[in-house]
Amino acid sequence: MEQTITQKILAAHAGKDRVAPGENIWVDVDILMTHDVCGPPTIDIFKREFGQDAQVWDKDKLVILPDHYIFTEDPHAMRNIEILRAFAAEHDLPHYFDVGTSRYKGVCHVALAEEGFNRPGNVLFGTDSHTCTSGAFGLFSTGVGNTDAALIMGTGKIWVKVPQTMRFVFEGALPPYLMAKDIILSVIGDIGLDGGTYRALEFDGQAVFDLSMEERMTLTNMAIEAGAKNGIIAADDKTFEYVRSRTDAAFEPVYSDPDAAYYFEKIYDVSTMEPVIAKPHRPDNRASVTEVAGTKLDRAYIGSCTGGKYGDFLAAARVLEGNEVRVDTFVVPASTEVSKQLRENTLNGKTIWQVFLDAGCKMGHASCGACLGGPVDTFGRTHGTEVVISTTNRNFPGRMGSKEASVYLASPLTVAASALHGVITDPREVMV
Amino acid sequence: MKDILKGKAYVIGDSIDTDQIIPAAHLVFSMTIPEERKQYGRYALSGLPDGTQGLPKGDIPFTAADEFESEFTIIIAGSNFGCGSSREHAPFALMVAGAEAVVAESYARIFYRNAVDGGFLIPFESRDRLIDVIRTGDLLMIDSKSGLLTNETTGKDYLLNPLGDIADILRAGNVFEYARQAGLMP
Ligand code: SF4
Repeated sequence: MEQTITQKILAAHAGKDRVAPGENIWVDVDILMTHDVCGPPTIDIFKREFGQDAQVWDKDKLVILPDHYIFTEDPHAMRNIEILRAFAAEHDLPHYFDVGTSRYKGVCHVALAEEGFNRPGNVLFGTDSHTCTSGAFGLFSTGVGNTDAALIMGTGKIWVKVPQTMRFVFEGALPPYLMAKDIILSVIGDIGLDGGTYRALEFDGQAVFDLSMEERMTLTNMAIEAGAKNGIIAADDKTFEYVRSRTDAAFEPVYSDPDAAYYFEKIYDVSTMEPVIAKPHRPDNRASVTEVAGTKLDRAYIGSCTGGKYGDFLAAARVLEGNEVRVDTFVVPASTEVSKQLRENTLNGKTIWQVFLDAGCKMGHASCGACLGGPVDTFGRTHGTEVVISTTNRNFPGRMGSKEASVYLASPLTVAASALHGVITDPREVMV
Repeated sequence: MKDILKGKAYVIGDSIDTDQIIPAAHLVFSMTIPEERKQYGRYALSGLPDGTQGLPKGDIPFTAADEFESEFTIIIAGSNFGCGSSREHAPFALMVAGAEAVVAESYARIFYRNAVDGGFLIPFESRDRLIDVIRTGDLLMIDSKSGLLTNETTGKDYLLNPLGDIADILRAGNVFEYARQAGLMP
């Protein structure tokens, strides 16, 4: 009784009937994900603590997705991939998605969904702060460091402090010029960079369930930008359909009790919301797009786990089709599956890939790309005082490479409209 | 966990994210091979923009050019320290540079947890906004048992919040030792 979905999932994985916010519990982990940046040091710690010949607790529950530093000549970055490859071979891991093979996927959070590892009711940990993305599938998911990941790798368990839940209810019909990114940037602007610290953010309401799974992932992805432990959306038929098309694994969906206790509740009417943007250098530095319209840009960037999914590109392509960008525009699909969809699916007779090429965009390979700066030869990385508008999730100083660069965060529609004009532009100006 | 920590303060602002603590381009270095590991000390806090490096003046790098260790061992920060990515390289880099503690008004939770579970440094919480009253270079002493921070340069004392739940893990050394003591792992 009276528990939120987050509490109920954690209780079930701690072997308890109920847990209360603030309680420290040990939970059983269903999936552990790691990637090329944090995987190698996690493996080092795992071997240090459990022994050189130690076995991972459950091979079927460990997912390794190299994605961050892939298309680079940096020798240290390449070595990280070799370490992962050797570990996967040594342990005969079934869920290693190697670079340079047909198994390569791209950005871990998108790949977890595509490969059917996001299962309602589960507990999923990953060595990446945006692991909260998976919560779009009605599961508890959060990011941890290498040490915690190594502990999970050896034992399948980890301690968690049960979070309070903040509930955000979205009502109304989403206008065509708005996307999930506008909704989440509004929430972060309202509660601030630490407004959700230690808490769960639960997204609810008809407007959320009207969203595609991809758009729901944009909401949960950025829960961490408000400091939250996890973001979560209860599973519905769309969730079941998506998950069943990707995996045969059994799962048990969980729902908040109707009388669950929330730390905070807020209702939004999405039909009256405006396109919003996060100004440099904080994701909570919100303005409406009209307030900053006309700001001169050097670059646009469309990509990442939050803004590089198929629907993100389709939205941008609709704006760009038949037009030409006025600033350097980098397009980086989150995953190889997204890349394939862009090359196969058409818009008015042209592949979406071709729409971007014809508009003058620069096309990248599926990966994290310049979302986190990365090695100096990373595609789309900033090196100077560039002013960038981006569909990514963070704009802290130096996030996209150069700490002198200024990054604005916005929806794919706003980014595409702005790329066409070379200045920040409200998508309503270019949408017919 | 040391009972008494002594060292020079390095003062920075609010919501210092992990890219400022250790920029992503440097995460490729091995955290175990000694020659590479020391690079984390060199680049710790190198992502702070000009004007924010060591308040109030903002022009003092945490680790001097071409050095691998910092002369500052206690970091004084505002709210939401360590927000952003989950990279454990962040508290690790501060430790490799020689930092023993951070004193912040509040923390982003993954940084806080990484600092404690990895046993890298002690994340103290201040009750006052210390970044307005402590200057980079001030000589500080922290009594971790009583939670008293003394600024020996100014003679002023400040009370820190009790460490609470995390004290057990910090005392054990890291989360593995803690789990062993609790019988959760061999
Ligand atoms: S795309 Fe960006 S935010 Fe997403 S996992 Fe990669 S680096 Fe992190």
